Amino acid sequence: MKIQMKLNGKNIQEEIRPDMLLLDLVRSHGCASVKRGCETSNCGLCTVILNGKPVLSCSVLAARADGAAVETLEGLQEEAAELGAFIADQGAEQCGFCNPGYILNAIALFRENPDPSDQEILEYLAGNLCRCSGYEGQLRGLRNFLEQKHGRSGKKGGLQ
Amino acid sequence: MRVVNQPLRKKDAMALVTGKPVFLEDQIPAGTLVVKLLRSPHANALVEEIHTEKAKGVPGVEAVYTWEDVPGQRFTMAGQTYPEPSPYDRLILDRHVRYVGDPVAIVAAETEAAAEKALKLIKVTYQVLPALLDFRQAKDNELLVHPEEDWKSLCPVGADNKRNLCASGGSEKGDVEQVLADCPVTVEGTYHTLAAQQSMMETFRTYCSIDTYGRLNVVSSTQIVFHVRRILSNALGIPKTRIRVTKARIGGGFGAKQTVVAEVFPAFVTWMTKKPSRLIFTREESMTASSPRHEMEVKVRIGAGTDGRIRAIDVHTLSNTGAYGEHGPTTVGLSGTKSISLYRNLEAHRFVYDVVYTNVMSAGAYRGYGATQGIFAVETAVNELAAKLHMDPARLREINMVREGDVMTSYDSAQTTNSCALDRCFTRVKELIGWEEKYPAKDLGNGKIRSVGLAMGMQGSGISGVDVGSATLKLNDDGGYMLSIGSADMGTGCDTILAQIAAECLDCELDQISVSAADTDTSPYDSGSYASSTTYITGKAVEKAGRQLRELILEEGSRALELPAEELEFDGRRVYALGDESREISLVDIATRSMCGNTHALEITVSNSSPISPPPFMAGAVEIELDKETGEVRILNYAAVVDCGTPINPNLARIQVEGGLVQAMGMTLFENIQYSPEGKLRNNSFMQYKIPTRLDMGKLQVEFQSSYEPTGPFGAKSIGEIVINTPAPALVHAIANATGCWFHSLPATSEKIAMAVARGKTGVIGDE
Amino acid sequence: MLKIKEYARPESLAQAYEWNQKKSSCVIGGMLWLKMSHKNVGMAIDLSGLGLDRIREDGENFRVGAMVTLRELELHQGLDRYTEGALGAALRDIVGVQFRNLATAGGSVFGRFGFSDVLTVLLAMDTYVKLYRAGEIPLGDFLTRKRDRDILEEIRIRKQPGFHMVYQAHRNSRTDFPVLNGAVSLEETGGKLVFGARPLAAMALPMEESLRQKILGGTLTEAEAAACMNAAAEQVPVGSNMRGSREYRSHLARVLGRRGLMELQKLASAGKGGAEL
Repeated sequence: MKIQMKLNGKNIQEEIRPDMLLLDLVRSHGCASVKRGCETSNCGLCTVILNGKPVLSCSVLAARADGAAVETLEGLQEEAAELGAFIADQGAEQCGFCNPGYILNAIALFRENPDPSDQEILEYLAGNLCRCSGYEGQLRGLRNFLEQKHGRSGKKGGLQ
Repeated sequence: MRVVNQPLRKKDAMALVTGKPVFLEDQIPAGTLVVKLLRSPHANALVEEIHTEKAKGVPGVEAVYTWEDVPGQRFTMAGQTYPEPSPYDRLILDRHVRYVGDPVAIVAAETEAAAEKALKLIKVTYQVLPALLDFRQAKDNELLVHPEEDWKSLCPVGADNKRNLCASGGSEKGDVEQVLADCPVTVEGTYHTLAAQQSMMETFRTYCSIDTYGRLNVVSSTQIVFHVRRILSNALGIPKTRIRVTKARIGGGFGAKQTVVAEVFPAFVTWMTKKPSRLIFTREESMTASSPRHEMEVKVRIGAGTDGRIRAIDVHTLSNTGAYGEHGPTTVGLSGTKSISLYRNLEAHRFVYDVVYTNVMSAGAYRGYGATQGIFAVETAVNELAAKLHMDPARLREINMVREGDVMTSYDSAQTTNSCALDRCFTRVKELIGWEEKYPAKDLGNGKIRSVGLAMGMQGSGISGVDVGSATLKLNDDGGYMLSIGSADMGTGCDTILAQIAAECLDCELDQISVSAADTDTSPYDSGSYASSTTYITGKAVEKAGRQLRELILEEGSRALELPAEELEFDGRRVYALGDESREISLVDIATRSMCGNTHALEITVSNSSPISPPPFMAGAVEIELDKETGEVRILNYAAVVDCGTPINPNLARIQVEGGLVQAMGMTLFENIQYSPEGKLRNNSFMQYKIPTRLDMGKLQVEFQSSYEPTGPFGAKSIGEIVINTPAPALVHAIANATGCWFHSLPATSEKIAMAVARGKTGVIGDE
Repeated sequence: MLKIKEYARPESLAQAYEWNQKKSSCVIGGMLWLKMSHKNVGMAIDLSGLGLDRIREDGENFRVGAMVTLRELELHQGLDRYTEGALGAALRDIVGVQFRNLATAGGSVFGRFGFSDVLTVLLAMDTYVKLYRAGEIPLGDFLTRKRDRDILEEIRIRKQPGFHMVYQAHRNSRTDFPVLNGAVSLEETGGKLVFGARPLAAMALPMEESLRQKILGGTLTEAEAAACMNAAAEQVPVGSNMRGSREYRSHLARVLGRRGLMELQKLASAGKGGAEL
């Protein structure tokens, strides 16, 4: 069947099998940041923003995204670099495999809630697993990003 | 120091945070064959008949291979220095399958769908054999996991396949029985840890192709490129010079990728078909057919005087290596050496061990590598000893912990520790957690109790006298440098750390060092990234190479300026005459000179190894809130203070600690491997094998108390593995302080805690 | 691997129902559970576009369309007020926000999953399931009905005067399936003791009037609550699985139930029920 959607602002059209997953579709269109990490919808590595909401692309039929707007990190490079710099300054990106998923999810969070507390960040990102970093450095980086973004200084990252 | 001990960003950081396609799956060209494996549903069986004609007939299927198609010489998949201590007990496909998930057939097809279809059409008749699933019954059992005649053990590790022994042995100093008998206070316990999955986010994967020279090119998510080359050479029966192994960015390893888990299958396909192929493990395969931590039962006896001086420690380890022997003979040793060695001035100590085969998934290397299990046992026993002595467990440690300058008689041929800040780590960790105010526990009155626990840990830095790390440093014609190393950055940041060492030696900026790593064609030899060796062993090679390259640069400057080298200085940008700075030549000009009429190569390769393995040390303390009725353990705070010598990159060192702490929390509280009665692993996904989320960990406080290790690069030791060793005993200690129950069997799940409390139990809670 | 021959969006519920009568058809909700199966689906019927993705609230009811996501439920202010935060508590620990942006109310209910938090919290309220063919059925009855090929359209929650509820759950680790969950609720004419993730699907026991009166009067003691829950737990079959044994679940039912009752008493004495807010 034929579908079309906006992927990172660009119109794409594709002839797909009905059971094709959105994850495989976006990867085949050059969005390598979206990754497969499990088969049970638990890890969050495949997070994309679908019509403004973060979802697991491994669990969405490409057919269902027909007519939708899909965002991946490939289309949010500036935001990713801006936020990611704070992660990088902690060394918290580590292997990087989980980064696109939780950075994209963080971007979705900040759109919904521009100034979240640490607890709100942790809860929103709970579905993004990481095995390398122990999560604490990611929180430090996100906290420092928010402090700078909101023109505050002094409060450094870390759960109070 | 300008560059070393600075929290610099990793060289690949921005590529990773912006999601660039730098991982293996992102770089596989189109038109690559998809490789899939048919796996045994039985824990122990012989393949009586296997019919592949229908499968081969599926459109798009390139090949289907069975045990009849593969070479017949056994090999090991363990990434270790040759001759490997691990037994040569594998075939690419064996007629005898030994665990649920053991590969039975290899399918290579143009598409995943075709491969899946073909898998379903392979008809196998199994002769199902009784399975040996209980590792406590394995030694000398009638059932043999490896009865075959061509099973081989290359090294004297006490292996005997006719006894289901992958390794056995022991050593003793002094007379343990006599000293224990003489001790007024003794503690005895049996401690059981399960297999645990590294659960790195990127599963196992390999891509193979044939290059211009007809050689096998392997790109793999691996920690051990040189070992992979040798293992594939053994498995396929082709010379090593016909194989090239490289890696892309790796999405985590933790030791899982120190075993050739996936490589051999696409390597075989590509070598046979001469077509490129790839194998990407599913998460299910990574959970059920990989290389987890060895299940261990560690029996500990400790004897002490009433003054709290520990006089004897006796450790007996039974380790479960599963169906194949990778890392079996080598992990077990650390359960004794890296636990007993935490304590000084023992009159006697003994460590005895057996490593047995069973019909479950083959264990492998996982951060800590046996030390984690042994330290859990010994540190818990010491905490129990403190309770028996009615002594603060912190005080007990202060009396007995190993100190700088001590000879560690239970460690590595009695090595002296020249760098040990464990005492300072310990003092500081107590402050951080608030030990004095919080020990042992405080009942909140609402069914919840807050309590604290603590433990010490150690590891090694490389394998003494064995691990080799090398570095090649070349001056580029723009005054920058090329650093070639054979170690594998799996997210740890060693590419950056090693470049920091080079930049420090060469008085330049980090950005002036480009790194090329882990290519068996072009990298100087490196054992690989495991055993916490990269910073200490490879880093020292980089330091030596840096210093020697300085000399070569000075010599070239000497030739250019026509002055003796002793009268010259190199400041990173130029060579100049001491006393007359107007006589100088820039580094760029020196580099340019080297490209014209030059016979003095401005590059150097250094190999480094170390006769000693200086331990890093750490202290860990945890504060929990325990719900006595539900058994829920909420981690409030974990404080860790680490002595890794000089942290080359404090940010990356801190993240190593934080990552290791959280991994161990999962292992201790809820990572819970369970098998069906037929030996099938139930926890075959992230849905069933729960690793910690960011809501499970509480607040982490990490600090460093640095000693200075004279044999390490700029005083550095290791940090990669030690970080996982304290939470298990610290958490069990806190749980004991809250409930009076000592959980000797991990994980200490909320059910175990709740039911023990509900039944009014106190004391040791072992396997039910 | 899930295989689908045809994907279709019906233009009406009638059409959806017709298509769904074929044995190889399947209505897809969030698809999270279906995705893991190795089914061969003939037609995947997507109910998107039929207006089932709205929560409508009036003075008497909440009407939750089948395609409303768990995240939308979680964030709905009206339901949050009515349940005094219990709905959010029930949903918050389900895997992650991305997951809940996909999982649907209809899918969660129609699946009658043994591990469900959604069923437990819904069962504690006066909840009805509207099926296309069979019409409206109380949720409790729906849970014991045999699975058939009807289409779940909507979930209606009738606002009860003086409604209070408390939700409890125990998990072995955060975002895991619950080992056991439960809810206690009361309103002007009665109350419920709900137990779920047993690991069987949720079930409700009526709250004895004497208990309800005690709670409303603020006189329930911890010991009495424990005795009530011990008695109630006897009537609740629980089982063993990877996450917990029967014994532990039984124990949890008593503990969580008792705590729920004491919490409920606090809420009941604190003020009016959610329906009046």
